[in-house]
Amino acid sequence: MEVTIFNIFILLAFVIFIVPKKSQYYFSAFIHLGLIGISGFWAINCFYNYSEVSSLPFITFFSNPLNLTIDVLSAFFILVINCTVLTGFIYAKGYLKSYSTNKSKTEFAFHHFNFIWLHISMLLVVMIRDGLAFLFVWELMSLSSFFLVIFENEKQEVIKIGLKYLMQMHIGLVFIIVAFICVYIQTNGDIGFDGLSLYFATNKPFLVFILFFIGFGIKAGFIPLHTWLPHAHPAAPSHVSGVMSGVMIKIGLYGILRVLTYIHQDLFSIGMFILVISLISGILGVTFAIVQHDVKKLLAYHSIENIGIIGIGIGLGVIGIAANIPVLAVLGFAGGILHILNHSLFKSLLFYTSGSIYLQLHTRNIEQMGGMIKKMPKTAIFFLIGSLAICGLPLFNGFISEFLIYSGIFKSLLPGNLFIDITLLFSLSGLAIIGGLAIFCFTKVFSIIFLGTPRSDSATKSTEVKGSMLISFFMIGIIIIFIGILPAFIIYPLSSVVGIFTKDSSILYQSAYNLNNISLVSGIFIGLICTLGLLRNRQQKGKIIKQGPIWGCGYTGINPAKSQYTATSYADNFLLLVDRLVNVKKRFIVFKSEEIFPRKRTFHTDSSDIFEDYLVSLPSKKILYWMEKAAVFQTGQIQHYLLYALVFLIVIFFLSILNWI
Amino acid sequence: MEVLSIFLILLTALLIPGITGMTKAKIAGRKMPSVFQPIKDIIRLFKKGAIYSTSTSFIYKVAPLVYLSSVSVSILFLSVGSKISLISFHGDFLLFAYLLAIGKFFMIISAMDTGSSFEGMGANREALYSMLVEPAFFIIIASLALFTDYTSLNELFSNMHISSNFSYVIGIAASYVLLNTAMTENSRMPVDDPKTHLELTMIHEVMILDNSGFDLAIIHISSWLKFSIYGTLISKFIIVTTLPFYIQAVYFIIIQMILAIVIGFLESFRARNKMEKNPQWIIMLSAIAIVAFLSTLIISQKIILN
Repeated sequence: MEVTIFNIFILLAFVIFIVPKKSQYYFSAFIHLGLIGISGFWAINCFYNYSEVSSLPFITFFSNPLNLTIDVLSAFFILVINCTVLTGFIYAKGYLKSYSTNKSKTEFAFHHFNFIWLHISMLLVVMIRDGLAFLFVWELMSLSSFFLVIFENEKQEVIKIGLKYLMQMHIGLVFIIVAFICVYIQTNGDIGFDGLSLYFATNKPFLVFILFFIGFGIKAGFIPLHTWLPHAHPAAPSHVSGVMSGVMIKIGLYGILRVLTYIHQDLFSIGMFILVISLISGILGVTFAIVQHDVKKLLAYHSIENIGIIGIGIGLGVIGIAANIPVLAVLGFAGGILHILNHSLFKSLLFYTSGSIYLQLHTRNIEQMGGMIKKMPKTAIFFLIGSLAICGLPLFNGFISEFLIYSGIFKSLLPGNLFIDITLLFSLSGLAIIGGLAIFCFTKVFSIIFLGTPRSDSATKSTEVKGSMLISFFMIGIIIIFIGILPAFIIYPLSSVVGIFTKDSSILYQSAYNLNNISLVSGIFIGLICTLGLLRNRQQKGKIIKQGPIWGCGYTGINPAKSQYTATSYADNFLLLVDRLVNVKKRFIVFKSEEIFPRKRTFHTDSSDIFEDYLVSLPSKKILYWMEKAAVFQTGQIQHYLLYALVFLIVIFFLSILNWI
Repeated sequence: MEVLSIFLILLTALLIPGITGMTKAKIAGRKMPSVFQPIKDIIRLFKKGAIYSTSTSFIYKVAPLVYLSSVSVSILFLSVGSKISLISFHGDFLLFAYLLAIGKFFMIISAMDTGSSFEGMGANREALYSMLVEPAFFIIIASLALFTDYTSLNELFSNMHISSNFSYVIGIAASYVLLNTAMTENSRMPVDDPKTHLELTMIHEVMILDNSGFDLAIIHISSWLKFSIYGTLISKFIIVTTLPFYIQAVYFIIIQMILAIVIGFLESFRARNKMEKNPQWIIMLSAIAIVAFLSTLIISQKIILN
């Protein structure tokens, strides 16, 4: 019954092309709500009925029945997808308004259509276990997101980025297909996840897992597979980048998690592999983020960092299972999986708020912003909430997931052996460094965008966003703070998800006590802030409160907008530590001693990602170079081509005489 | 009892800056100020009004409140001697560290809120140094957790002696790291010179250039409390936990005072690091912490020598 309605909603998506432009948004909202309603119902049903797996007949394809299979892992991902897509399309109402004049009805319809299909394909990816159907919906997900990325297709740059994205997604797809085929050849069963359990029962899983990891990891954005991410996110409209960064890259993690559920041997090496890649992604992701000036590119690098944190949790969890340390297994998985939800919340919030700023300023370069908190106070507060959450600070949800991972590490120091302890030491230091760098980065972003004085004219003229955009901010903000202050509520659903990977997830209930203490401390903390505020009000009553200029060593001739710290100068002292990694180039003319009256001069700085330089740009440049060399054969003269054919025939002739072929 | 130990920590927090100031004056050959001089300064600040810079926003007003609250809440995780602290649970040191971090986050953005290049400079340095010092603290905590098998801040430090005779080896390394972490977190001597008169070379002082009145007062109080917190942690290495509480309390006060004098000494005879040497120096703390961790592994016989 529900499946029929689900299918009707899927088919309704095609109707959007004949809907008039004005009601397109409401029509797509209707479809989204329908999809959210049905899939959300399935997911919640799965959580509360404690039914392990529920299978629903979906469609019959060439007389092969195709089922939708929902277990708790799928249910968790369905909820995450729905939550972000819901806020995404609410936000889109305000965001798309600014494009209404220069985009035609069909273009809008196509955009909505793809957004709906992205939603549908993500839902289907987490519900389908059959291999071919899975690959089909996986491909649909890549295609629909590709069309969403190139929404601003009048820009040449955007098309180029979109194609780059599409190509990398297909490289990923090849790896997944190869992995499925490897399994198929060995087992002669079905292509699909169900075949995996047969395969992994008898074969060493490591190599096939690596294939899956690369395939899914390109979607997830683990370093060094991440090079599409920092380009595609900035190019896409903000509601799309919010959804892509919030949930679509997590679908890659879903794939990895799903494969992990079938593996029961050789887990130690797999866990170490995930952990090492994740630590590298986490630390380098945030390092690259610090040097960015484009706010959305910066956020994209932070997605890589957070994928790293999730990966650290999952990797530790796998190691915990392998080394038979249940605490590490449960808390590692719990932290990693909760961080999937948390990241989808704060990252989409950050993308939406930065999108609102982009609409006002028409630039993503943070060096042109400044003082926005006075123009857009509400946006500023929500950006601040997102920043505090992504830094993993208490009162906000990011802290809870990091707390779970950390406490897993600390609890398993004693039962672990030497090798495990050293591993834990590295993960611990890695997490601490990531946390510190994230604080460094977000103090920079928040202050450069919102604080100080405006650095450009458009920054002084901007106005606060209204309506639908604010609603989506509020929705996400409330969930972030709810999870941050009352984390114990999340434990019960979380433990059933963790139960898929570990036999006994009841250890998680013990940490409910710790989480309640966190709520208590948060309460005291907030209370104290309010009390101090009231005290200050009383103290300042009747006293002289003045406004004045800032201290400039007594020199008042400065233009504060010009002399204040910029993003470049803020990041400069950190750059000295990591300059090899980020390839920062500065271009400026040095002052000469004979130059008594300096002329006007400019300073330019940019940075690049060494992985992109050496893994993507350099090889493709080399290939192009040789391709161009080979192009001498293409003369355009028919005589030459006939000659080639003759040469070919002669070669074949001689080879066959010599019995070589 | 728990409340009493909180009271003791607050009391010593009030005295530490005075004693450090006296020590420094004595060494420099000046006439010693009264122990209560810093407190008098604070009272004077509380009587004043305030000037807010025109470029600032509400962040600037909220930040000092968050800063003091975060530091004050962190005190609840501690107790004097062997007593159980008011709030104690598994992994509370994470909350402790991250609470201090949220206070720092707000101070950094409040400095950036002024749009002053001086304060930007201070904020940026503070952000970098506190980022670099973070792993050292966590690794030391991990060594102690490995050593004592406890996972809450107060118990970790209280149970150092009982575990093994080797505790002093770890204790010395941990105290060194903690003391220098405290110096870094509070922007004191080898990293930053609070008495410098040039804005360009300041870190913490330059961040609060534009704060005045009530806000400045509570920022100062927060710094004092932070010192007292780290002092309390170090004192736990030394105080023998079997003694009755009042003797422990006396010990605690004496240790805190000695610590204040030591800081005075260190600051009088030590020159400040060159600014670009600071990251190296701070990363060295992490290195020492890793050495402590490895020695713990040897002591707990996870690394078997020969």
